[in-house]
Amino acid sequence: MKVKINGEELEATAGQTVLEVAKKAGIEIPTLCYLKDKNEIGVCRICMVKVEGGGGGYEPAFVLQVSDGLEIETNTPEVRELRRLNLELILANHPQDCLSCERSLNCELQGLSKELGVDGSRFAGKRIEHQLDESTPSLIRDPNKCVKCRRCVSVCNDSQGVKVLFPNNRGFETLIAPFFNKDLDEVACSLCGQCLHACPVAAIKENDAIDNVWEALNDDNQHVVVQIAPAVRVSIGEEFGVEPGTPMTNKLVTACRKLGFDKVFDTDFTADLTIMEEGHELLSRLKEGGPFPLLTSCSPGWIKYVEHFHNDFLPNLSSCKSPQQMFGALAKSYYADIENLSREEITVVSVMPCTAKKFEATREEMMKDGSQDVDLVLTTRELARMLKMTGVDFLNLSGSDFDDPLGISTGAADIFGVTGGVMEAALRTVYEKLTGEELSGLRLTEAKGLTGVREAKIELSNQTIKVAVVSGLGNASKVLEAVKRGEKEYHFIEAMACPGGCVGGGGQPIPTNEEIVMKRGQGLYNINNSKSLRKSHENPVIQELYEEYLEGVGNKKAHQLLHTTYQKRAK
Amino acid sequence: MAFYRGHILVCTGQECKQKGGKEVERILVKELKRFGLNDEIKVISTDCLGACEAGPLMVIYPEGVYYGGVQIEDVREIVEEHLLKGRRVNRLLYEMDESEENVTAHHKKDIFSDEMRIVLRNCGLIDPEDIKDYIGRDGYRALGIALTRLTPKEVITMIEDSGLRGRGGAGFPAGLKWKFTHQADGDEKYVVANADEGEPGTSKDRLIMEGDPHTLLESMAIAGYAVGADTGYIYVRGEYQLAVSRLKKAIEQAEELGVLGKNLFDSDFDFEIKIREGAGAYVCGEETALLRSIEGERGEPQIKPPYPPNEGLWGQPTLINNVETLANIPVIIQKGADWFSKIGIENCTGTKVFTLSGDVMNEGLVEVPMGTTLREIIEGFGGGMADGREFKVAQTGGTSGGCIPKELLDTPMDYDSLAEVGSALGSGALLIMDESHCIVDIAKCFMHFFEHESCGKCTPCREGNTRMYEMLDRISKGESNLKDLDKLRDLANVMSKTALCGLGQAAPTSIYSTLDYFKDEYLAHITAKVCITGDCQELVTQREEGERKGETA
Ligand SMILES: Cc1cc2nc3c(=O)[nH]c(=O)nc-3n(C[C@H](O)[C@H](O)[C@H](O)COP(=O)(O)O)c2cc1C
Ligand code: SF4
Ligand code: SF4
Ligand code: SF4
Ligand code: FES
Repeated sequence: MKVKINGEELEATAGQTVLEVAKKAGIEIPTLCYLKDKNEIGVCRICMVKVEGGGGGYEPAFVLQVSDGLEIETNTPEVRELRRLNLELILANHPQDCLSCERSLNCELQGLSKELGVDGSRFAGKRIEHQLDESTPSLIRDPNKCVKCRRCVSVCNDSQGVKVLFPNNRGFETLIAPFFNKDLDEVACSLCGQCLHACPVAAIKENDAIDNVWEALNDDNQHVVVQIAPAVRVSIGEEFGVEPGTPMTNKLVTACRKLGFDKVFDTDFTADLTIMEEGHELLSRLKEGGPFPLLTSCSPGWIKYVEHFHNDFLPNLSSCKSPQQMFGALAKSYYADIENLSREEITVVSVMPCTAKKFEATREEMMKDGSQDVDLVLTTRELARMLKMTGVDFLNLSGSDFDDPLGISTGAADIFGVTGGVMEAALRTVYEKLTGEELSGLRLTEAKGLTGVREAKIELSNQTIKVAVVSGLGNASKVLEAVKRGEKEYHFIEAMACPGGCVGGGGQPIPTNEEIVMKRGQGLYNINNSKSLRKSHENPVIQELYEEYLEGVGNKKAHQLLHTTYQKRAK
Repeated sequence: MAFYRGHILVCTGQECKQKGGKEVERILVKELKRFGLNDEIKVISTDCLGACEAGPLMVIYPEGVYYGGVQIEDVREIVEEHLLKGRRVNRLLYEMDESEENVTAHHKKDIFSDEMRIVLRNCGLIDPEDIKDYIGRDGYRALGIALTRLTPKEVITMIEDSGLRGRGGAGFPAGLKWKFTHQADGDEKYVVANADEGEPGTSKDRLIMEGDPHTLLESMAIAGYAVGADTGYIYVRGEYQLAVSRLKKAIEQAEELGVLGKNLFDSDFDFEIKIREGAGAYVCGEETALLRSIEGERGEPQIKPPYPPNEGLWGQPTLINNVETLANIPVIIQKGADWFSKIGIENCTGTKVFTLSGDVMNEGLVEVPMGTTLREIIEGFGGGMADGREFKVAQTGGTSGGCIPKELLDTPMDYDSLAEVGSALGSGALLIMDESHCIVDIAKCFMHFFEHESCGKCTPCREGNTRMYEMLDRISKGESNLKDLDKLRDLANVMSKTALCGLGQAAPTSIYSTLDYFKDEYLAHITAKVCITGDCQELVTQREEGERKGETA
């Protein structure tokens, strides 16, 4: 069919929206609340276009479907004025403290104001002062900046299925928050941070640890080590204008040294270690007949979610600590011994793609003698901010390697950061243990009746191992429900709280969207391919660690240091 | 069934109740017992009989005699004189005009001469708690005709041909909506009666439900048959407890008699009706918000499409009509589309119930043919302005409507004519204000209402109403400048054109019309800092202004 947009005749097919047709033709229509397939509720009224003829009127471009002969204006003075008025109304109720806002230059509201030519708001008036929600170590909610687009509501409710954010109150007093305006620590929030990625402004942000890290770095009595998670190396470049997925590992190491860290280590090392322990756990469950399915435990958002919503599955969770926490435990024992330092003299900082990791570090199960194994957690974004503060010319740094001994890793560890990676890494080791042969790639196919879930069967001589891989809490919940109903049976399920895995984590650079997450994941696979060692059990330092310190895989000492327990939490 | 030689309707509508109507009813029942008349004469409490000025009001049938201003002391006299001796109590006869003596019910009819009761045909005439009374006045006959003699398509054609338009506010052709719902595919279909009636100063739907609940049930069943639904919901405003209890009783009786339930009139057609009580927010009357509310979700309007006839309750095709719209249906089926379409005017057929209030002699409900002029209603039913004051402005259509000045008093009251002068028919609320009211203050009141009632979902309404109120507030305090008038128009523009639902779109209607028709009054506030009425207390009144001028002269 034919439609006319701004006088230009365009070909369109039934079911397309005006927004889609316009975009294809190179006509940009600004949007704010719209997130394709996620938030299609049309509340901001920015994308309004004029329908010519007939009843006429203004309609949101993403709602309006094309019909033959439809005539649309997207760019008349009146259309622009109406958009600008709505934006000015939002601005009149916004702090407008761009100078000190962490989303400045990366803010959709700021971008729109420029794009629509807004020069201030005509409508100054009252504003409601809201308290910040700083209740969790992971996230800060600042309702003063909220533009009520409800993108976070849709993502938390529908995509993540956690359902803790809602519109509270009505009218001008509308407040997007947990029910009854509770704080996040009073509700069943997983702290995954996906709402933060949904947010166009700085109304949801990480609970910043930068000052504390500076303090530790400036403390001469502290030996400060940093660990860097796999998914950070393929995303940090974005903060400096580099394509998503570009590996920046060696520059990152140099940059951290420049910041003053005494040692720069790799979470990949303990990712290899996690594979060893988790692989062992799978093997012993296979031997003992369960409990199945074994559920991975490296994603702290996922753990917290299971503790809140599916705590009948707590015995299924792998008892392995996450790589971050295994690292913390080892840094303050094994490494401290090597360096002849006491626990108190070491500060462990991690750089994570994740907001839930900040919470994980503070869990009581992750403490020893009243102090945390991992002291401070920075997100990818915070590290980038620190680098910018110090004027490190990131892109022009010469690269260097991680420090020994906690800096050696295999390709299996790199793919930890992407959905399916933990499963593949674990199976590489387990398969070889059971068959003596190398696993020739893991072929996952879409699980029947469960969108967003992939599964595979691994044939062994005497048994078939059924595994599933899932990312995003909404999808993960569906698998557990299917297992509970007896519709699906698996031995091992890899689950990550964030869509796409850690590459899509709540601590990653903004924007984070499907396309970018894919590129970052591909980046991790590229690193894996470039490494000569790709199986965790081949990591020589890991082998040494087991021989010299941990007294063998799955042994008591290893168990004490590297395993943990979980708790029931309220829904 | 007991046979009564007479019925007494005692009005317990809001006004009459306040003036002691309930008490009068109690004493009346007692007195009847005392005189042994309780088996002969039945007392029925009714909702507003539409002549609040004369409350507490009672009507004695079969004579049709109205008594007004009845106090408990008067009851014995009425019983002794009228009921026992057959002599009218002249001093209590309801009279409109003091100069005319002994106005009988017949004379009284003259004051209601423009009235034409279709939807209120039974209100006040039957015992709403007795289905037999309804049946005695042709109740459920239309359902029988529809089920036994007409196909669903024929029913829909009849409604289309009648020209009936929705009375919930938007005036959408009812037949067309029925057709869409009929044509839509769905596993399940629903009929929903919108009885939320949140518009301040409107109580027509309540009167129908309290006075004639079976009409609504019958209409819904007919609608269900036409569109292919076997379940209906009545979404009733939470405050309407009397309506709820009468509807419940009516449903019970209808099911007992088999006019609701399974296999109605041996036609294989089943229909059941459930009641849902509203949570109280004005916006819940908006159809998509109402449907969410029935589903148990936060009652917020949704973007359209999809429209309810295609995807309504639980995603299924749903017909949603206003109570008054539905109340027309049985009459159309019985008397024919042709008969109905001749009432009112072209493009806007039938009657409309208005809730007249404000500075008129008689407030109350009145049903007149579409196209009756504003002046006819005010001067006829309303009995003119109260206290001899001058008419200043009428707001038609409730808070969402516009303000009509004196020059437009002859505007016919129908959807299109009112839209032409920048107002709306809406739900039929009709607020009349005299010269003692300040236009800025009036506008401020409306915006206060909308600031309070916005659901907060979309930008223009959530933010716009508040900013508009603030601006009017500044104007009323003399803190504004001429630029504010442009800004008011900007805001009205963005709200009416881009708000998500009818609430935000209609909120500025009164602003447009007051800016158009009363610009001078705004200007006086802004530039001269004068409020002629004195309603804006921070400003000088006209009189003070005069004195001040006198001093300087
Ligand atoms: C804010 C708002 C409030 C409304 N309230 C009511 C109401 O109380 N009763 C009603 O019948 N329609 C109300 N409506 C109109 C309904 O959305 C809908 O158009 C109507 O129920 C359709 O019935 P009709 O076609 O019979 O008029 C309201 C609309 C809006 C925008
Ligand atoms: S962090 Fe995750 S679970 Fe918590 S509110 Fe945000 S999206 Fe929901
Ligand atoms: S917190 Fe952010 S995403 Fe959520 S409604 Fe507010 S602005 Fe939108
Ligand atoms: S116009 Fe007002 S009531 Fe309607 S959706 Fe928008 S905010 Fe809610
Ligand atoms: S982007 Fe269109 S309404 Fe928000």
